[in-house]
Amino acid sequence: MIEFRGVTKRFPDGTVAVDALDLAVEDGKITVFVGPSGCGKTTSLRMINRMVELTGGTILIDGSDIMAGDAAQLRRGIGYVIQQSGLFPHRSILDNVATVPLLLGWGKRKARERATELMELVGLSPEMAQRYPAQLSGGQQQRVGVARALAADPPILLMDEPFSAVDPVVRENLQDELLRLQSELGKTIVFVTHDIDEAVKLGDKVAVFRTGGLLAQYDEPGHLLARPADDFVDGFVGRDRGYRGLGFLSANGLPVGELSTVGSGATGDQVREAARDGWTLVVSDAGHPLGWVQVGQALSGPVDTDALIAGGSLYDTEADSLRGALDAALSSPSGLGVAVDASGAVVGSVRAADVLAALATARRDEAAA
Amino acid sequence: MGALLADVAAWFGDSANWTGAAGVPNRVLEHLQYSIVPILLALLIAVPIGAAVGHSGRGGFLVVGVANGMRSLPELGVLTILVTFMSVGLLPVTIALLILAIPPLLAGTYAGVSNVDRAVVDAARGMGMTEPEILTKVELPNALPLIIGGLRTATLQVIATAAIAAFVGVDGLGRILFSGLAVRDYTRMAAGALLIAVLALLADAALAALQRLIVSPGLRTSTSSRRRAVVAPAQPEQLPQSRSTTPEPELARS
Ligand SMILES: Nc1ncnc2c1ncn2[C@@H]1O[C@H](COP(=O)(O)OP(=O)(O)OP(=O)(O)O)[C@@H](O)[C@H]1O
Ligand SMILES: [Mg+2]
Repeated sequence: MIEFRGVTKRFPDGTVAVDALDLAVEDGKITVFVGPSGCGKTTSLRMINRMVELTGGTILIDGSDIMAGDAAQLRRGIGYVIQQSGLFPHRSILDNVATVPLLLGWGKRKARERATELMELVGLSPEMAQRYPAQLSGGQQQRVGVARALAADPPILLMDEPFSAVDPVVRENLQDELLRLQSELGKTIVFVTHDIDEAVKLGDKVAVFRTGGLLAQYDEPGHLLARPADDFVDGFVGRDRGYRGLGFLSANGLPVGELSTVGSGATGDQVREAARDGWTLVVSDAGHPLGWVQVGQALSGPVDTDALIAGGSLYDTEADSLRGALDAALSSPSGLGVAVDASGAVVGSVRAADVLAALATARRDEAAA
Repeated sequence: MGALLADVAAWFGDSANWTGAAGVPNRVLEHLQYSIVPILLALLIAVPIGAAVGHSGRGGFLVVGVANGMRSLPELGVLTILVTFMSVGLLPVTIALLILAIPPLLAGTYAGVSNVDRAVVDAARGMGMTEPEILTKVELPNALPLIIGGLRTATLQVIATAAIAAFVGVDGLGRILFSGLAVRDYTRMAAGALLIAVLALLADAALAALQRLIVSPGLRTSTSSRRRAVVAPAQPEQLPQSRSTTPEPELARS
């Protein structure tokens, strides 16, 4: 556990970047520091590995004061990833990843073997090993940065806006990869971002900072969205927080209704017969949704699979939250969300009204608890 | 002009000019010897100082000031003063050439080390490199193109200027040039000048080959490896501003 106890940082010019911070980062979890620019997130993070020297209070890692030992020694046991990647331009990708094992005196061969494993773990192809950082895209560089930080298998990983310099698609990709890695590795991760969506997506716990290095709220992301501590947090978590909050409510117990479906070879008569409220869903032989047909359409011959009305998002009954269920219902042309199982086969329908009812139940349960 | 060329060619063809103490091979060896000693001394002095100042980020203005000051000293004047206070011989020549060789090496090393991307240094420190490790494993390898650039400038200047050794009673290729001057033998003068120029260019080519050999290919992809340290003095003046925008990585309490 990383514990901040009354931690203060006053820079020589008098700026108080962090003021009497008390915070406990849990083991094996992702803790996100989020807040507006200049609120002291980076400073707080960098005090953990002594890249910034604290001027008051103590930081304990597993109960021992970080100031007790040697700074370089401390840092070799803590992974560190920064926004600009900070890869060594003069070293190959493989040798970049092998940096900390080499510093720890592992020997070249063992360090490189380990680096090869790490590259695979973060999804970098082996051909990259002999390239140099300047020959990689921004997203690839960040993967190398993560691999390098993990190479000596440190229990703690510090990440300062690691994904904010890449484009949104790649960023989402990297976020998903981080969550996958974390489910395998279970590191204690402290992650800094100024993007509340990223914070809510990645964090097991989110610490919202306000300017001056003060902690505004420290909570699970679902609670943060549902019950912001004050106007500052409310304003910071932004619009649509009600809708986004649905992402943290389980869809267990949400009723899955019936759905009329026809095969892709169905005739006009079969469609008319199957339709409910004028709509029916065409499915493939494997039961995967292909698209909707509206009965009002000129139905002469058999179903033309090229002329189907595109469906909305799908609600995966095994993985999705209430947010996925509601979005499926709202985005479906027929008003009925398509529910599928893990294989993608249609299992039924979901209605917006049912999602709202489930939300009301969840609120009641929570208030009672 | 054509006649001079033919005469110079004939001079090089004369086997008498290739043998003995005054022969070309011996003069080339002497010239190299006079040049290499101050260049090596300059490396030993300028690289550690430039690296230390570039790494710490403190005293950059001093380095630039000293380098520019030394650069503006006239070689012949320096040599004359040295000879006045010491005596004729190799020592004043070596000191004068050392003063010539230090500025480009100092400026090149300083600029090379201090221009290494701050994020790269930050990452190195954050991964647990000690300060000497940061300097030797990260900053110096990345500064190598500029250091070798400085070395090439220094070498060119020293080899060209080592001719003044002949002014104060030492030999080298300058001897051929000045002995020609003394008797108005333009052929011999031209031959001496040509030899000095060729030697300087060969030395530069050798250093260029060395550069290709020891500079990481990773540094070649993004920037030209032929950047010379002669442009360096302009950069350090911008440094204090560019540094203050990124939070200075703090050294750990020790
Ligand atoms: N080396 C320094 N000297 C003086 N003040 C500093 C230094 N580093 C940071 N600060 C100040 O401390 C405060 C917090 O900075 P910090 O970098 O921790 O912010 P941040 O939350 O990470 O912001 P951002 O989202 O912009 O990265 C800011 O007001 C900043 O100007
Ligand atoms: Mg920051």
